Amino acid sequence: MKRHRASQAVWTGVETAGAWLLGVLWLAPLVYAFWAALHPEQYATDFSLTAPWTLENFGTVLDAAPFGRYFLNTILLVTGILVAQLVLGTLAAYAFARLRFRGRELVFALVLVQLMIVPEVLISENYTTMSKLGLVDTITAIGLPYVASAFCIFLLRQTFKSVPREFDEAAEIEGCSHLQTLLRVYVPLAMPTYVAFGLVSVSHHWNNFLWPLVVTNSVESRPLTVGLAIFNSTESGIEWTLLSAATVLIIAPLLVAFLIFQRQFVQSFMRAGIR
Amino acid sequence: MSKLLAPATREPETKAVTSAPTWRNRFRLPEPVVAWLMLLPGLIVLLLFTHYPVIRAVYHSFTDAGGEVTLENYHLLADDDVFWQVVRNNLVFALGTVPPSIAIALLMAVWVNRKLRGRGFLRLAYFTPAILPMVAVASIWLFFYTPGYGPVTTIFEALGLPVRNWLGDPDTVMPALIVMTIWKEAGFFMIFYLAGLQNMSVELEEASILEGASRWYHFRRVTFPLLMPTTLFVLVVALTNSFKQVDHLFIMTDGGPNNASSLLLYYIYQVAFQFYDLPYAAVLTVALVVILVGMALAQFRLFEKRIHYR
Repeated sequence: MKRHRASQAVWTGVETAGAWLLGVLWLAPLVYAFWAALHPEQYATDFSLTAPWTLENFGTVLDAAPFGRYFLNTILLVTGILVAQLVLGTLAAYAFARLRFRGRELVFALVLVQLMIVPEVLISENYTTMSKLGLVDTITAIGLPYVASAFCIFLLRQTFKSVPREFDEAAEIEGCSHLQTLLRVYVPLAMPTYVAFGLVSVSHHWNNFLWPLVVTNSVESRPLTVGLAIFNSTESGIEWTLLSAATVLIIAPLLVAFLIFQRQFVQSFMRAGIR
Repeated sequence: MSKLLAPATREPETKAVTSAPTWRNRFRLPEPVVAWLMLLPGLIVLLLFTHYPVIRAVYHSFTDAGGEVTLENYHLLADDDVFWQVVRNNLVFALGTVPPSIAIALLMAVWVNRKLRGRGFLRLAYFTPAILPMVAVASIWLFFYTPGYGPVTTIFEALGLPVRNWLGDPDTVMPALIVMTIWKEAGFFMIFYLAGLQNMSVELEEASILEGASRWYHFRRVTFPLLMPTTLFVLVVALTNSFKQVDHLFIMTDGGPNNASSLLLYYIYQVAFQFYDLPYAAVLTVALVVILVGMALAQFRLFEKRIHYR
């Protein structure tokens, strides 16, 4: 028994060391990006403790490219998408969860198709549609294909279905219309689901790249990710400190939010995965 | 909530008796009408940007410029070496990323599920890459792989291993991108394993210890089999991701050298927006949709089976 315990202690030590090694390995790329962003160019790969720190790289980046505008665009984009997704999703989810109508299962199946065939896959066809609608190069065009989210509808439908029927009846006796029942009973009860979906949606669209790249071509509509890619291709191979500063700039807000709401983030991502 | 319930429970009979229709009740729309009104906004958007484009792509793939029905586009597809190459690349990419990501994710989960020193910090370190934009990740790794003074070259030189232009060499570009993707995704898969482990009862491990089984034996014979559903789930997510995630190619390789790193969705982008060949992009889109739907159906059957033997 004693020997067993001793070997166990050794193993725990080995595993702790392994876990930390992996942790360091996993953080290293990020730590490096921050190092390069916060140091003058000659110290980009020189990790000496005496290397002087600087914020100048950020200033240079902000002067070289309109990241301020990209920020604004991304913020408008993610909030616009989220609000629209929640409104459309809430209405549709309530209809699927609580109302009886012909073809309900069929229509729901049609909605679920979007879980398999995500809008990114349909870039070439959707671009044609957007140009017919005259929306190319607008923030609306970036967001529109995403505002009806099958995932949002699915999650909210699940949540709404778990609301006890008695609450409906009480609301009905009160003379509430369906819309009022939805707003006063269902929406407050589904708050955790809204938060979970909100985090996933915001981080997804903050990071989204392909469709925004395709459908935008001016500073006025480009989000941060596309701005970074353009900055990258014009400055490529010149100054890593500047590229790192730009990279840090676009990931910082999300990273800060993540550090503050760690638990919610992890739980939301988990719920998002398990559909 | 309470505001709604309180009066109803206090005076239910008065409500029931005075069922004289208020104006609201009199003009209450029939339920199906309400349902369709609520569905309409979302449904219009879905039909316009998911169903309609798929149908249009299918239609275009079977017609020629004059609108005649033809299989010509599919002959082109079958003869297109680049198409087969990107499909092959996609499979290599999936096979290269999925098993290692799963193995590392499982290892991470087992570790941070134990009472290790700094467990909270480690969870954070492992998961962080998962929330970053692929474009930003690619920008960072682009530097890592820079020939000459990038850290990967420095490390290889220090170990006395041969150095190459990692992203410029058709032999190394795929492995290089695979390593980066594993780094980005393993932490995301970890959280599913962590959830699985936390749902597992402690008695199982206690029983194994009482029986004198080693931890490795316990993992192999108890933990891993019990995590099978999670593994299947992660497998499917990872596989579909490998067909949907192409952002890094724009930053790092543009699909090169010689299409060695190109993936199907990136090829669709090139055909549609660099070669301006929309009809052919439609055919490629149909191919990708078929692949994704096929995988979804396989997933569906897989999960159905699992429920059966439970």
